Amino acid sequence: MKFVFPFLILLMVLTACQPDKKKNTMNFLDESTPKNMVEGPDFSVPVYDFDEFETLLEQDDEYTYIINFWATWCAPCVTELPFFEKLGAAYPDEKIRVVLVNLDMAKMWDSHLVPFLEKRDLKSYVLVLDDPSQNSWIPKVDKDWSGAIPATLIYNKRQRKFYEKPFSFEELQTELNTFLNHRTHETSDHSTDTRRGTPGFGVQPGTPGNS
Amino acid sequence: MAFSPVPPGTAKGYTIGDVATDFELKNIDGNTVSLADYKEAKGFLVIFTCNTCPYSVAYEDRIIALDQKYKVLGVPVIAINPNNPKVQAGDSFEKMKQRAKEKNFTFPYLLDEGQKIFPQYGAQRTPHVFLLENQSKGYVVRYIGAIDDNYADADKVTEPFVENAVDAMLNGQEISVTNTRAIGCTIKT
Repeated sequence: MKFVFPFLILLMVLTACQPDKKKNTMNFLDESTPKNMVEGPDFSVPVYDFDEFETLLEQDDEYTYIINFWATWCAPCVTELPFFEKLGAAYPDEKIRVVLVNLDMAKMWDSHLVPFLEKRDLKSYVLVLDDPSQNSWIPKVDKDWSGAIPATLIYNKRQRKFYEKPFSFEELQTELNTFLNHRTHETSDHSTDTRRGTPGFGVQPGTPGNS
Repeated sequence: MAFSPVPPGTAKGYTIGDVATDFELKNIDGNTVSLADYKEAKGFLVIFTCNTCPYSVAYEDRIIALDQKYKVLGVPVIAINPNNPKVQAGDSFEKMKQRAKEKNFTFPYLLDEGQKIFPQYGAQRTPHVFLLENQSKGYVVRYIGAIDDNYADADKVTEPFVENAVDAMLNGQEISVTNTRAIGCTIKT
């Protein structure tokens, strides 16, 4: 016991001294602070720099996160967006969260992104990552990512995998299943939370399956 | 939608120190261009770029500036469009000519016809820069990556990666940053 007490006190001091505990513990979709908003006619999309966005890559909860990096100018990205949109309906009993991370440049927000979102009426949570220092943040998403898109990160508390490639819906399901199979023996209050239409966040809710 | 037979993330290509292949590709002026044509060159900035990618467009003026700065020092820019025009109509040979004229490109703008060259280099996106040094053993790869650290605003660049690499190479110094990454458009195959 002699050693335990000083150790505990040291641990408490160290913990208390951590300047900012929001990393890892912040619920990104509820608590993060966008640096800006892209305003559409009846929706708004939050804009993040990488420091704030990074917490989305470190969520420590029961959900499996499917984080897709895309842009309106990236044809294969636009092709695969409907597959990500379909996941919520395909896995109604699983705890999954789909986040579509848009990488359009700031000067394209009004001219390209807003019209695109208006037309597509995306159901998934959409945010913009706007951080020009790409060489420093790309490796923090995945050490092997060249920066080409489309690219997708799937992770939960147990596993994590990064894909620098376009998906078909079948491939996406196959990959996602490898994350969800671990869950089958667990008890949980099965519920899907796509967090659409959270006030001030993402695009507005709509009827599923019309995009 | 046609996808690459080799996904970008798994494409093999050159790493620093490899000897890069020469090529014979058609330039927008109708002539064929090879690295071997440049007998006096100390090196090359081989830049895979295209008409249609917003990042390529954002860097056009900076690519022209690189050519103007370094051609006289023996390191010209050689731009190569790696996209398949059948997949990306805006990157056809005719459109390349048009864009080069509009922007007064000072460098060759070549079409990777048949898409044989970019996979050997391991170009994964546009724009993607390969700095080659003309050594006795061949064209040695000295830097691979982005042009600088701010696509959005040339005035806010804090690290001009390519300029730093070329300057170090020309001064016989070690290149401190030899690999960088950037968001870019996938190459259309």
